[in-house]
Amino acid sequence: MKAVFISATNCITPIGFDVAENISAIESGKSGIGRFENELMENPFYSAIVDQNKLDLRFDQISKVDNYTKLEMMMIVALAPVIAQSKSKLDDKTVLILSTTKGNITALETNNIPQAQLSELAQTIARFFNFKTEPIVVSNACVSGILAVAIAKRMIQANVCDDAFVVSGDVVSEFVLSGFNSFQAMSDAPCKPYSANRTGVTLGEATAAVYVTSDPTNAKAKILGDGAINDANHISGPSRTGEGLFRSIESAMKEANIEAEQIDYISAHGTATPFNDEMEAIAFNRLGLQNVPVNSLKGYYGHTLGASGLLETVIGIESMNQSRLYASMGFDELGVSQPINVIAQHSNATIDIFLKTASGFGGCNTAVLFEKVK
Amino acid sequence: MILENKLYISSWCSIKNGKIVLNGDVVFASETIDFNGFSKESYKSLEVNYPKFFKMDNLSKLAFLGAELLLKDVVDAQKENNIALVLSNQSSSLDTDAKYHESIADKQHYFPSPAVFVYTLPNICLGEISIRHQLKSENSFFIFDAFNPAFMADYANILLQTGKADQVLCGWTELMGDQYEAFLYLVGTQGEIENTQQNLETLYTR
Repeated sequence: MKAVFISATNCITPIGFDVAENISAIESGKSGIGRFENELMENPFYSAIVDQNKLDLRFDQISKVDNYTKLEMMMIVALAPVIAQSKSKLDDKTVLILSTTKGNITALETNNIPQAQLSELAQTIARFFNFKTEPIVVSNACVSGILAVAIAKRMIQANVCDDAFVVSGDVVSEFVLSGFNSFQAMSDAPCKPYSANRTGVTLGEATAAVYVTSDPTNAKAKILGDGAINDANHISGPSRTGEGLFRSIESAMKEANIEAEQIDYISAHGTATPFNDEMEAIAFNRLGLQNVPVNSLKGYYGHTLGASGLLETVIGIESMNQSRLYASMGFDELGVSQPINVIAQHSNATIDIFLKTASGFGGCNTAVLFEKVK
Repeated sequence: MILENKLYISSWCSIKNGKIVLNGDVVFASETIDFNGFSKESYKSLEVNYPKFFKMDNLSKLAFLGAELLLKDVVDAQKENNIALVLSNQSSSLDTDAKYHESIADKQHYFPSPAVFVYTLPNICLGEISIRHQLKSENSFFIFDAFNPAFMADYANILLQTGKADQVLCGWTELMGDQYEAFLYLVGTQGEIENTQQNLETLYTR
Protein backbone atom coordinates (compact mmCIF):
# COMPACT_ATOMS: atom_id res chain seq x y z
CA MET A 1 0.00 0.00 0.00
CA LYS A 2 1.40 3.41 -0.85
CA ALA A 3 2.68 5.66 1.93
CA VAL A 4 0.58 8.71 2.80
CA PHE A 5 1.83 11.78 4.66
CA ILE A 6 0.68 14.97 6.30
CA SER A 7 2.94 17.70 4.97
CA ALA A 8 1.37 20.99 6.01
CA THR A 9 -0.70 21.88 9.08
CA ASN A 10 -2.40 24.89 10.64
CA CYS A 11 -4.88 25.74 13.36
CA ILE A 12 -6.91 28.74 14.47
CA THR A 13 -7.71 28.68 18.18
CA PRO A 14 -8.25 31.08 21.09
CA ILE A 15 -4.53 30.73 21.96
CA GLY A 16 -3.02 31.13 18.52
CA PHE A 17 -3.62 31.75 14.83
CA ASP A 18 -0.88 29.44 13.61
CA VAL A 19 0.83 26.29 14.88
CA ALA A 20 3.89 28.09 16.33
CA GLU A 21 1.70 30.48 18.33
CA ASN A 22 -0.33 27.55 19.69
CA ILE A 23 2.76 25.58 20.69
CA SER A 24 4.29 28.58 22.39
CA ALA A 25 1.05 29.13 24.35
CA ILE A 26 0.96 25.47 25.40
CA GLU A 27 4.65 25.63 26.39
CA SER A 28 3.90 28.58 28.66
CA GLY A 29 0.89 26.82 30.17
CA LYS A 30 -1.68 29.18 28.71
CA SER A 31 -5.27 27.99 28.33
CA GLY A 32 -7.85 29.43 25.95
CA ILE A 33 -10.64 28.76 28.42
CA GLY A 34 -12.26 31.79 30.03
CA ARG A 35 -15.36 32.68 32.03
CA PHE A 36 -18.26 34.22 30.12
CA GLU A 37 -21.41 35.97 31.20
CA ASN A 38 -23.58 36.67 28.19
CA GLU A 39 -26.80 35.95 26.32
CA LEU A 40 -25.67 32.47 25.24
CA MET A 41 -26.39 30.96 28.64
CA GLU A 42 -28.59 31.87 31.56
CA ASN A 43 -25.72 31.46 34.01
CA PRO A 44 -22.01 32.33 33.70
CA PHE A 45 -20.08 29.58 31.92
CA TYR A 46 -16.59 28.53 30.92
CA SER A 47 -15.68 28.26 27.27
CA ALA A 48 -12.79 28.81 24.81
CA ILE A 49 -13.80 31.44 22.24
CA VAL A 50 -11.83 32.85 19.28
CA ASP A 51 -11.61 36.66 19.41
CA GLN A 52 -13.73 38.08 16.58
CA ASN A 53 -11.70 41.29 16.19
CA LYS A 54 -8.44 39.41 15.86
CA LEU A 55 -10.11 37.08 13.36
CA ASP A 56 -11.45 40.04 11.33
CA LEU A 57 -7.96 41.55 11.13
CA ARG A 58 -6.40 38.28 10.00
CA PHE A 59 -9.18 37.57 7.52
CA ASP A 60 -8.78 41.06 6.07
CA GLN A 61 -5.23 40.13 4.98
CA ILE A 62 -6.68 37.30 2.87
CA SER A 63 -9.95 38.70 1.51
CA LYS A 64 -11.91 41.95 1.54
CA VAL A 65 -15.23 40.16 1.10
CA ASP A 66 -17.13 40.50 4.36
CA ASN A 67 -20.18 38.24 4.15
CA TYR A 68 -18.63 35.13 5.70
CA THR A 69 -19.72 33.59 8.99
CA LYS A 70 -17.24 33.25 11.85
CA LEU A 71 -16.80 29.55 11.15
CA GLU A 72 -16.22 30.17 7.42
CA MET A 73 -13.65 32.86 8.20
CA MET A 74 -11.88 30.55 10.66
CA MET A 75 -11.83 27.73 8.10
CA ILE A 76 -10.52 29.99 5.32
CA VAL A 77 -7.83 31.47 7.56
CA ALA A 78 -6.80 27.96 8.63
CA LEU A 79 -6.68 26.59 5.08
CA ALA A 80 -5.04 29.49 3.21
CA PRO A 81 -1.42 28.93 4.35
CA VAL A 82 -1.80 25.13 4.09
CA ILE A 83 -2.86 25.44 0.46
CA ALA A 84 -0.04 27.91 -0.23
CA GLN A 85 2.59 25.62 1.35
CA SER A 86 1.28 22.50 -0.38
CA LYS A 87 2.03 23.64 -3.94
CA SER A 88 -0.92 21.43 -4.92
CA LYS A 89 -2.36 22.07 -8.37
CA LEU A 90 -5.91 21.87 -6.95
CA ASP A 91 -6.91 19.97 -10.07
CA ASP A 92 -9.58 17.32 -10.67
CA LYS A 93 -7.61 14.83 -8.53
CA THR A 94 -7.46 17.09 -5.44
CA VAL A 95 -10.28 16.86 -2.90
CA LEU A 96 -11.43 19.06 -0.04
CA ILE A 97 -12.70 17.10 2.95
CA LEU A 98 -14.56 19.26 5.45
CA SER A 99 -15.51 17.92 8.84
CA THR A 100 -17.81 19.52 11.37
CA THR A 101 -20.59 18.56 13.74
CA LYS A 102 -22.83 21.61 13.64
CA GLY A 103 -21.37 23.85 10.90
CA ASN A 104 -23.28 27.16 10.61
CA ILE A 105 -26.01 26.02 13.01
CA THR A 106 -26.51 29.61 14.25
CA ALA A 107 -28.13 30.30 10.85
CA LEU A 108 -31.26 28.70 12.34
CA GLU A 109 -31.59 31.81 14.54
CA THR A 110 -32.47 33.81 11.42
CA ASN A 111 -34.33 30.86 9.87
CA ASN A 112 -31.68 30.66 7.14
CA ILE A 113 -31.94 26.94 6.36
CA PRO A 114 -29.73 27.05 3.23
CA GLN A 115 -26.87 28.58 5.21
CA ALA A 116 -27.27 25.91 7.91
CA GLN A 117 -26.75 23.14 5.31
CA LEU A 118 -23.31 21.57 5.69
CA SER A 119 -22.93 21.07 1.94
CA GLU A 120 -23.46 24.82 1.47
CA LEU A 121 -20.69 25.50 4.00
CA ALA A 122 -18.38 23.15 2.13
CA GLN A 123 -19.25 24.74 -1.25
CA THR A 124 -18.50 28.17 0.20
CA ILE A 125 -15.02 27.09 1.31
CA ALA A 126 -14.39 25.16 -1.93
CA ARG A 127 -15.43 28.16 -4.06
CA PHE A 128 -13.18 30.51 -2.08
CA PHE A 129 -10.12 28.44 -2.98
CA ASN A 130 -11.31 27.33 -6.45
CA PHE A 131 -11.35 23.60 -5.80
CA LYS A 132 -12.34 21.75 -8.98
CA THR A 133 -13.96 18.73 -7.28
CA GLU A 134 -17.09 18.42 -5.18
CA PRO A 135 -16.22 18.77 -1.49
CA ILE A 136 -16.77 15.80 0.82
CA VAL A 137 -18.34 16.53 4.20
CA VAL A 138 -17.77 14.14 7.10
CA SER A 139 -20.19 14.64 9.99
CA ASN A 140 -19.61 11.89 12.49
CA ALA A 141 -19.99 13.69 15.82
CA CYS A 142 -16.82 14.30 17.79
CA VAL A 143 -14.65 11.92 15.76
CA SER A 144 -15.26 13.91 12.53
CA GLY A 145 -11.89 15.70 12.44
CA ILE A 146 -9.69 12.65 12.90
CA LEU A 147 -11.96 10.41 10.83
CA ALA A 148 -11.53 12.87 7.94
CA VAL A 149 -7.76 12.25 8.06
CA ALA A 150 -8.34 8.49 7.84
CA ILE A 151 -10.72 9.01 4.91
CA ALA A 152 -8.20 11.22 3.07
CA LYS A 153 -5.51 8.59 3.51
CA ARG A 154 -7.81 5.77 2.36
CA MET A 155 -8.86 7.71 -0.76
CA ILE A 156 -5.26 8.50 -1.70
CA GLN A 157 -4.18 4.88 -1.20
CA ALA A 158 -7.02 3.72 -3.46
CA ASN A 159 -6.00 6.28 -6.13
CA VAL A 160 -9.42 7.88 -5.88
CA CYS A 161 -7.59 11.18 -5.49
CA ASP A 162 -3.96 12.35 -5.60
CA ASP A 163 -4.03 14.65 -2.60
CA ALA A 164 -6.50 16.05 -0.07
CA PHE A 165 -6.99 19.09 2.10
CA VAL A 166 -8.78 18.37 5.34
CA VAL A 167 -10.38 21.24 7.22
CA SER A 168 -12.30 20.81 10.46
CA GLY A 169 -14.17 23.33 12.50
CA ASP A 170 -16.91 24.03 14.99
CA VAL A 171 -17.94 27.15 16.88
CA VAL A 172 -19.53 27.67 20.27
CA SER A 173 -23.24 28.50 19.99
CA GLU A 174 -26.29 28.68 22.20
CA PHE A 175 -27.38 25.51 20.40
CA VAL A 176 -24.49 23.34 21.59
CA LEU A 177 -24.10 25.03 24.98
CA SER A 178 -27.76 24.43 25.85
CA GLY A 179 -27.59 20.88 24.52
CA PHE A 180 -24.58 19.81 26.56
CA ASN A 181 -26.08 21.65 29.52
CA SER A 182 -29.34 19.69 29.12
CA PHE A 183 -27.24 16.53 29.46
CA GLN A 184 -25.77 18.03 32.65
CA ALA A 185 -22.43 17.39 30.99
CA MET A 186 -21.01 20.92 31.41
CA SER A 187 -18.30 21.62 33.93
CA ASP A 188 -18.76 24.59 36.28
CA ALA A 189 -14.99 25.19 36.09
CA PRO A 190 -12.37 24.74 33.33
CA CYS A 191 -12.44 21.05 32.41
CA LYS A 192 -10.07 18.60 34.15
CA PRO A 193 -9.55 15.53 31.95
CA TYR A 194 -8.78 12.26 33.81
CA SER A 195 -8.85 14.07 37.16
CA ALA A 196 -10.65 12.74 40.23
CA ASN A 197 -12.11 16.25 40.44
CA ARG A 198 -13.47 16.42 36.91
CA THR A 199 -17.07 17.54 36.53
CA GLY A 200 -17.65 17.56 32.77
CA VAL A 201 -16.82 19.29 29.50
CA THR A 202 -15.88 22.83 28.66
CA LEU A 203 -16.90 23.68 25.10
CA GLY A 204 -14.51 25.47 22.77
CA GLU A 205 -14.17 26.59 19.17
CA ALA A 206 -11.37 26.12 16.68
CA THR A 207 -10.50 25.22 13.13
CA ALA A 208 -7.61 23.12 11.89
CA ALA A 209 -6.37 22.20 8.43
CA VAL A 210 -3.87 19.70 7.02
CA TYR A 211 -2.57 18.67 3.63
CA VAL A 212 -2.56 14.91 2.99
CA THR A 213 -0.47 13.56 0.12
CA SER A 214 1.57 10.59 -1.09
CA ASP A 215 4.43 12.96 -1.97
CA PRO A 216 7.06 12.63 0.81
CA THR A 217 8.52 16.12 0.14
CA ASN A 218 8.21 18.24 3.32
CA ALA A 219 6.34 15.42 5.10
CA LYS A 220 5.70 16.10 8.79
CA ALA A 221 4.20 12.71 9.62
CA LYS A 222 3.36 9.43 7.96
CA ILE A 223 -0.14 8.00 8.48
CA LEU A 224 0.41 4.37 9.47
CA GLY A 225 -3.05 3.00 10.06
CA ASP A 226 -6.55 3.77 11.19
CA GLY A 227 -9.84 2.38 12.43
CA ALA A 228 -13.27 3.90 13.11
CA ILE A 229 -15.46 1.35 14.84
CA ASN A 230 -18.81 1.75 16.56
CA ASP A 231 -19.55 0.56 20.10
CA ALA A 232 -23.02 -0.77 19.15
CA ASN A 233 -23.95 -0.03 22.73
CA HIS A 234 -25.58 3.35 23.39
CA ILE A 235 -26.26 6.53 21.39
CA SER A 236 -25.37 9.06 24.10
CA GLY A 237 -22.83 7.27 26.26
CA PRO A 238 -19.66 5.29 25.63
CA SER A 239 -19.41 1.54 26.05
CA ARG A 240 -18.40 0.62 29.60
CA THR A 241 -15.77 -1.73 28.21
CA GLY A 242 -14.46 0.72 25.61
CA GLU A 243 -15.22 -1.88 22.95
CA GLY A 244 -15.40 0.40 19.91
CA LEU A 245 -12.29 2.36 20.90
CA PHE A 246 -10.45 -0.88 21.69
CA ARG A 247 -11.31 -2.26 18.26
CA SER A 248 -10.52 1.01 16.47
CA ILE A 249 -7.01 1.10 17.98
CA GLU A 250 -6.57 -2.62 17.31
CA SER A 251 -7.55 -2.10 13.67
CA ALA A 252 -5.09 0.82 13.30
CA MET A 253 -2.27 -1.22 14.93
CA LYS A 254 -2.96 -4.21 12.72
CA GLU A 255 -2.78 -2.08 9.58
CA ALA A 256 0.39 -0.33 10.83
CA ASN A 257 1.82 -3.69 11.80
CA ILE A 258 3.08 -2.43 15.17
CA GLU A 259 2.89 -3.59 18.79
CA ALA A 260 1.67 -1.63 21.80
CA GLU A 261 5.22 -1.02 23.06
CA GLN A 262 6.10 0.88 19.87
CA ILE A 263 3.63 3.65 20.67
CA ASP A 264 5.44 6.53 22.39
CA TYR A 265 2.58 8.92 23.04
CA ILE A 266 -1.23 8.96 23.00
CA SER A 267 -3.14 12.14 22.23
CA ALA A 268 -6.44 10.97 23.67
CA HIS A 269 -9.97 12.39 23.63
CA GLY A 270 -10.28 13.18 27.37
CA THR A 271 -13.47 15.26 27.45
CA ALA A 272 -13.50 15.22 31.27
CA THR A 273 -16.94 13.67 31.51
CA PRO A 274 -16.94 10.87 34.10
CA PHE A 275 -17.86 8.15 31.58
CA ASN A 276 -15.66 9.12 28.63
CA ASP A 277 -12.40 9.31 30.55
CA GLU A 278 -13.14 6.07 32.42
CA MET A 279 -13.96 4.29 29.15
CA GLU A 280 -10.68 5.41 27.58
CA ALA A 281 -8.66 4.20 30.57
CA ILE A 282 -10.30 0.79 30.25
CA ALA A 283 -9.69 0.56 26.49
CA PHE A 284 -6.02 1.61 26.86
CA ASN A 285 -5.49 -1.00 29.57
CA ARG A 286 -7.08 -3.73 27.48
CA LEU A 287 -4.49 -2.95 24.79
CA GLY A 288 -1.50 -2.81 27.15
CA LEU A 289 -1.15 0.96 26.60
CA GLN A 290 -1.48 1.98 30.26
CA ASN A 291 2.16 3.06 30.59
CA VAL A 292 2.28 5.15 27.42
CA PRO A 293 2.36 8.90 28.19
CA VAL A 294 -1.12 10.26 27.46
CA ASN A 295 -2.71 13.68 27.46
CA SER A 296 -5.92 15.41 26.59
CA LEU A 297 -5.58 18.89 25.10
CA LYS A 298 -9.11 19.85 26.20
CA GLY A 299 -7.65 21.79 29.15
CA TYR A 300 -6.13 24.24 26.62
CA TYR A 301 -8.90 24.33 24.03
CA GLY A 302 -12.05 22.96 25.62
CA HIS A 303 -13.94 20.39 23.57
CA THR A 304 -14.01 21.76 20.03
CA LEU A 305 -16.37 18.98 18.85
CA GLY A 306 -15.78 18.06 15.19
CA ALA A 307 -12.57 20.12 15.10
CA SER A 308 -10.97 18.47 18.13
CA GLY A 309 -9.59 15.36 16.42
CA LEU A 310 -7.80 17.34 13.72
CA LEU A 311 -6.65 20.14 16.03
CA GLU A 312 -5.18 17.59 18.43
CA THR A 313 -3.51 15.77 15.51
CA VAL A 314 -1.86 19.04 14.43
CA ILE A 315 -0.53 19.61 17.97
CA GLY A 316 0.41 15.92 18.29
CA ILE A 317 2.54 16.12 15.14
CA GLU A 318 4.41 19.14 16.61
CA SER A 319 4.80 17.26 19.87
CA MET A 320 6.38 14.36 17.97
CA ASN A 321 8.65 16.47 15.79
CA GLN A 322 9.81 18.69 18.68
CA SER A 323 10.26 15.67 21.00
CA ARG A 324 8.02 17.28 23.61
CA LEU A 325 5.31 15.76 25.78
CA TYR A 326 2.84 18.44 26.83
CA ALA A 327 1.15 18.40 30.21
CA SER A 328 -2.50 17.39 30.26
CA MET A 329 -3.80 20.71 31.60
CA GLY A 330 -6.23 20.48 34.50
CA PHE A 331 -4.92 17.12 35.62
CA ASP A 332 -4.11 16.68 39.30
CA GLU A 333 -5.14 13.40 40.93
CA LEU A 334 -5.94 10.35 38.76
CA GLY A 335 -9.69 9.82 38.63
CA VAL A 336 -10.14 6.70 36.52
CA SER A 337 -10.36 3.15 37.83
CA GLN A 338 -7.54 1.77 35.66
CA PRO A 339 -3.96 3.11 35.73
CA ILE A 340 -2.95 5.40 32.86
CA ASN A 341 0.18 7.53 32.48
CA VAL A 342 -1.23 11.06 32.29
CA ILE A 343 1.46 13.64 31.46
CA ALA A 344 1.63 15.93 34.50
CA GLN A 345 4.42 18.26 33.31
CA HIS A 346 5.97 19.23 30.00
CA SER A 347 8.98 17.03 29.36
CA ASN A 348 11.37 15.92 26.61
CA ALA A 349 10.93 12.50 25.03
CA THR A 350 11.68 10.74 21.79
CA ILE A 351 8.40 10.18 19.98
CA ASP A 352 8.62 8.01 16.88
CA ILE A 353 5.00 6.89 16.77
CA PHE A 354 1.93 8.49 18.33
CA LEU A 355 -1.69 7.48 18.51
CA LYS A 356 -4.61 9.90 18.17
CA THR A 357 -8.00 8.75 19.40
CA ALA A 358 -11.49 10.23 19.63
CA SER A 359 -14.94 9.03 20.63
CA GLY A 360 -18.36 10.57 20.26
CA PHE A 361 -22.14 10.44 20.40
CA GLY A 362 -23.69 7.67 18.39
CA GLY A 363 -21.10 5.26 19.81
CA CYS A 364 -18.44 6.27 17.27
CA ASN A 365 -14.69 6.02 17.81
CA THR A 366 -11.63 6.66 15.66
CA ALA A 367 -7.94 5.85 16.11
CA VAL A 368 -5.11 6.90 13.79
CA LEU A 369 -1.40 6.12 14.16
CA PHE A 370 1.26 8.60 12.99
CA GLU A 371 4.99 8.08 12.51
CA LYS A 372 7.82 10.61 12.52
CA VAL A 373 9.40 11.12 9.09
CA LYS A 374 13.16 10.76 9.35
CA MET B 1 -10.12 2.80 -8.67
CA ILE B 2 -8.57 -0.52 -9.70
CA LEU B 3 -10.01 -3.53 -7.89
CA GLU B 4 -8.25 -6.81 -7.19
CA ASN B 5 -11.58 -8.61 -6.93
CA LYS B 6 -14.94 -7.53 -8.22
CA LEU B 7 -17.43 -6.33 -5.63
CA TYR B 8 -21.17 -6.54 -5.94
CA ILE B 9 -24.41 -5.01 -4.80
CA SER B 10 -26.20 -7.99 -3.25
CA SER B 11 -29.49 -6.23 -2.38
CA TRP B 12 -31.00 -2.77 -2.38
CA CYS B 13 -34.11 -0.95 -1.29
CA SER B 14 -35.75 2.42 -1.60
CA ILE B 15 -38.20 4.23 0.65
CA LYS B 16 -39.92 7.22 -0.94
CA ASN B 17 -43.32 8.58 -1.96
CA GLY B 18 -45.12 6.24 0.43
CA LYS B 19 -43.56 3.17 -1.09
CA ILE B 20 -40.98 0.63 0.03
CA VAL B 21 -39.26 -1.24 -2.76
CA LEU B 22 -36.92 -4.15 -2.07
CA ASN B 23 -34.76 -5.50 -4.92
CA GLY B 24 -37.21 -4.04 -7.41
CA ASP B 25 -40.41 -5.36 -5.77
CA VAL B 26 -42.89 -3.17 -3.92
CA VAL B 27 -43.13 -4.63 -0.40
CA PHE B 28 -45.22 -1.88 1.18
CA ALA B 29 -47.26 1.07 -0.07
CA SER B 30 -49.35 3.63 1.72
CA GLU B 31 -51.36 6.79 0.96
CA THR B 32 -50.18 8.41 4.20
CA ILE B 33 -48.34 11.64 3.41
CA ASP B 34 -46.74 12.51 6.75
CA PHE B 35 -43.57 10.64 7.59
CA ASN B 36 -44.62 9.92 11.18
CA GLY B 37 -47.69 7.99 10.06
CA PHE B 38 -45.92 6.35 7.15
CA SER B 39 -42.98 5.18 9.28
CA LYS B 40 -45.36 3.70 11.86
CA GLU B 41 -47.27 1.78 9.19
CA SER B 42 -43.99 0.59 7.65
CA TYR B 43 -42.74 -0.59 11.02
CA LYS B 44 -45.91 -2.66 11.44
CA SER B 45 -45.92 -4.07 7.93
CA LEU B 46 -42.27 -5.16 8.24
CA GLU B 47 -43.15 -6.89 11.53
CA VAL B 48 -40.27 -5.27 13.35
CA ASN B 49 -40.43 -5.80 17.08
CA TYR B 50 -38.14 -3.12 18.46
CA PRO B 51 -39.87 -0.62 20.78
CA LYS B 52 -36.81 1.71 20.77
CA PHE B 53 -37.88 2.60 17.23
CA PHE B 54 -40.50 4.96 18.64
CA LYS B 55 -37.91 6.97 20.56
CA MET B 56 -35.87 7.69 17.44
CA ASP B 57 -35.98 10.88 15.43
CA ASN B 58 -37.31 10.69 11.89
CA LEU B 59 -33.92 10.47 10.16
CA SER B 60 -33.00 7.50 12.36
CA LYS B 61 -36.39 5.88 11.70
CA LEU B 62 -35.86 6.21 7.96
CA ALA B 63 -32.32 4.77 8.04
CA PHE B 64 -33.38 2.09 10.52
CA LEU B 65 -36.21 0.86 8.25
CA GLY B 66 -33.89 0.65 5.25
CA ALA B 67 -31.27 -1.23 7.27
CA GLU B 68 -33.94 -3.57 8.63
CA LEU B 69 -35.01 -4.55 5.10
CA LEU B 70 -31.47 -5.39 4.02
CA LEU B 71 -29.93 -6.80 7.18
CA LYS B 72 -32.61 -8.93 8.80
CA ASP B 73 -31.77 -11.99 6.73
CA VAL B 74 -28.05 -11.23 6.48
CA VAL B 75 -26.98 -10.65 10.07
CA ASP B 76 -26.31 -13.85 12.00
CA ALA B 77 -26.87 -13.13 15.70
CA GLN B 78 -24.70 -16.13 16.63
CA LYS B 79 -21.51 -14.58 15.29
CA GLU B 80 -19.66 -11.34 14.60
CA ASN B 81 -20.86 -9.55 11.49
CA ASN B 82 -18.30 -7.14 10.11
CA ILE B 83 -20.75 -5.05 8.10
CA ALA B 84 -19.62 -1.42 7.83
CA LEU B 85 -22.15 1.43 7.67
CA VAL B 86 -21.66 4.30 5.22
CA LEU B 87 -24.64 6.60 4.89
CA SER B 88 -25.01 10.05 3.38
CA ASN B 89 -27.58 12.78 2.82
CA GLN B 90 -28.02 16.45 2.02
CA SER B 91 -29.67 17.87 5.12
CA SER B 92 -27.62 16.22 7.86
CA SER B 93 -29.81 16.23 11.00
CA LEU B 94 -31.39 19.62 10.20
CA ASP B 95 -34.92 18.26 10.64
CA THR B 96 -34.21 17.53 14.30
CA ASP B 97 -31.87 20.54 14.62
CA ALA B 98 -34.81 22.80 13.76
CA LYS B 99 -37.00 21.06 16.36
CA TYR B 100 -34.29 21.41 18.98
CA HIS B 101 -33.77 25.06 18.02
CA GLU B 102 -37.47 25.74 18.61
CA SER B 103 -37.08 24.45 22.16
CA ILE B 104 -34.46 27.11 22.97
CA ALA B 105 -35.52 30.00 20.70
CA ASP B 106 -38.15 31.43 23.02
CA LYS B 107 -36.88 32.18 26.52
CA GLN B 108 -40.46 32.07 27.85
CA HIS B 109 -40.80 28.50 26.61
CA TYR B 110 -37.28 27.22 27.10
CA PHE B 111 -37.16 23.44 27.36
CA PRO B 112 -33.98 21.95 25.82
CA SER B 113 -34.22 18.18 26.03
CA PRO B 114 -31.29 15.78 25.96
CA ALA B 115 -33.54 13.21 24.25
CA VAL B 116 -33.92 15.60 21.30
CA PHE B 117 -30.40 17.09 21.40
CA VAL B 118 -28.71 13.70 20.99
CA TYR B 119 -30.38 13.35 17.57
CA THR B 120 -28.91 16.64 16.31
CA LEU B 121 -26.09 14.63 14.72
CA PRO B 122 -26.58 12.70 11.47
CA ASN B 123 -24.42 9.76 12.57
CA ILE B 124 -26.79 8.88 15.43
CA CYS B 125 -28.77 6.79 12.92
CA LEU B 126 -25.59 4.74 12.37
CA GLY B 127 -25.43 4.17 16.13
CA GLU B 128 -29.07 3.05 16.15
CA ILE B 129 -28.47 0.55 13.34
CA SER B 130 -25.24 -0.66 15.00
CA ILE B 131 -27.07 -1.30 18.27
CA ARG B 132 -30.02 -3.01 16.62
CA HIS B 133 -27.85 -5.44 14.64
CA GLN B 134 -24.90 -5.50 17.07
CA LEU B 135 -22.50 -4.26 14.40
CA LYS B 136 -19.17 -3.31 15.95
CA SER B 137 -17.90 -2.06 12.63
CA GLU B 138 -16.55 0.87 10.61
CA ASN B 139 -19.06 3.68 10.30
CA SER B 140 -19.17 7.15 8.81
CA PHE B 141 -21.74 9.68 7.71
CA PHE B 142 -21.18 11.95 4.70
CA ILE B 143 -22.99 15.02 3.43
CA PHE B 144 -23.35 15.83 -0.28
CA ASP B 145 -25.62 18.08 -2.34
CA ALA B 146 -27.12 14.98 -3.90
CA PHE B 147 -26.51 11.22 -3.86
CA ASN B 148 -22.88 10.79 -4.94
CA PRO B 149 -22.58 7.37 -6.61
CA ALA B 150 -18.92 7.86 -7.60
CA PHE B 151 -17.74 8.53 -4.06
CA MET B 152 -20.04 5.93 -2.50
CA ALA B 153 -18.86 3.20 -4.87
CA ASP B 154 -15.21 4.05 -4.20
CA TYR B 155 -15.50 4.31 -0.44
CA ALA B 156 -17.31 0.98 0.00
CA ASN B 157 -14.77 -0.69 -2.26
CA ILE B 158 -11.91 0.78 -0.20
CA LEU B 159 -13.35 -0.64 3.05
CA LEU B 160 -13.75 -4.08 1.46
CA GLN B 161 -10.41 -4.16 -0.38
CA THR B 162 -8.44 -3.13 2.71
CA GLY B 163 -10.17 -5.75 4.83
CA LYS B 164 -11.76 -3.14 7.11
CA ALA B 165 -15.15 -4.77 6.46
CA ASP B 166 -16.66 -7.95 4.98
CA GLN B 167 -19.76 -6.17 3.68
CA VAL B 168 -20.82 -2.51 3.59
CA LEU B 169 -24.33 -1.17 4.07
CA CYS B 170 -24.38 2.05 2.04
CA GLY B 171 -26.93 4.61 1.13
CA TRP B 172 -28.64 7.94 0.89
CA THR B 173 -31.02 8.79 3.73
CA GLU B 174 -32.45 12.28 3.25
CA LEU B 175 -35.21 13.66 5.42
CA MET B 176 -36.56 17.17 5.99
CA GLY B 177 -40.09 17.53 7.34
CA ASP B 178 -42.33 15.20 5.35
CA GLN B 179 -39.88 15.08 2.45
CA TYR B 180 -37.99 11.83 2.71
CA GLU B 181 -36.00 9.61 0.41
CA ALA B 182 -33.92 6.57 1.29
CA PHE B 183 -31.89 4.37 -1.04
CA LEU B 184 -29.83 1.71 0.73
CA TYR B 185 -27.82 -1.17 -0.63
CA LEU B 186 -25.47 -3.86 0.57
CA VAL B 187 -22.04 -4.34 -1.02
CA GLY B 188 -19.88 -7.46 -0.71
CA THR B 189 -18.20 -10.21 -2.68
CA GLN B 190 -21.48 -11.90 -3.65
CA GLY B 191 -24.09 -10.76 -6.13
CA GLU B 192 -24.72 -10.05 -9.77
CA ILE B 193 -24.65 -6.27 -10.04
CA GLU B 194 -21.15 -4.81 -9.83
CA ASN B 195 -20.66 -2.00 -7.31
CA THR B 196 -19.92 0.76 -9.82
CA GLN B 197 -20.94 4.39 -10.15
CA GLN B 198 -22.94 3.55 -13.27
CA ASN B 199 -24.89 0.71 -11.67
CA LEU B 200 -25.61 2.76 -8.56
CA GLU B 201 -26.92 5.61 -10.71
CA THR B 202 -29.20 3.19 -12.52
CA LEU B 203 -30.56 1.62 -9.33
CA TYR B 204 -30.95 4.99 -7.63
CA THR B 205 -32.93 6.59 -10.44
CA ARG B 206 -35.06 3.54 -11.13
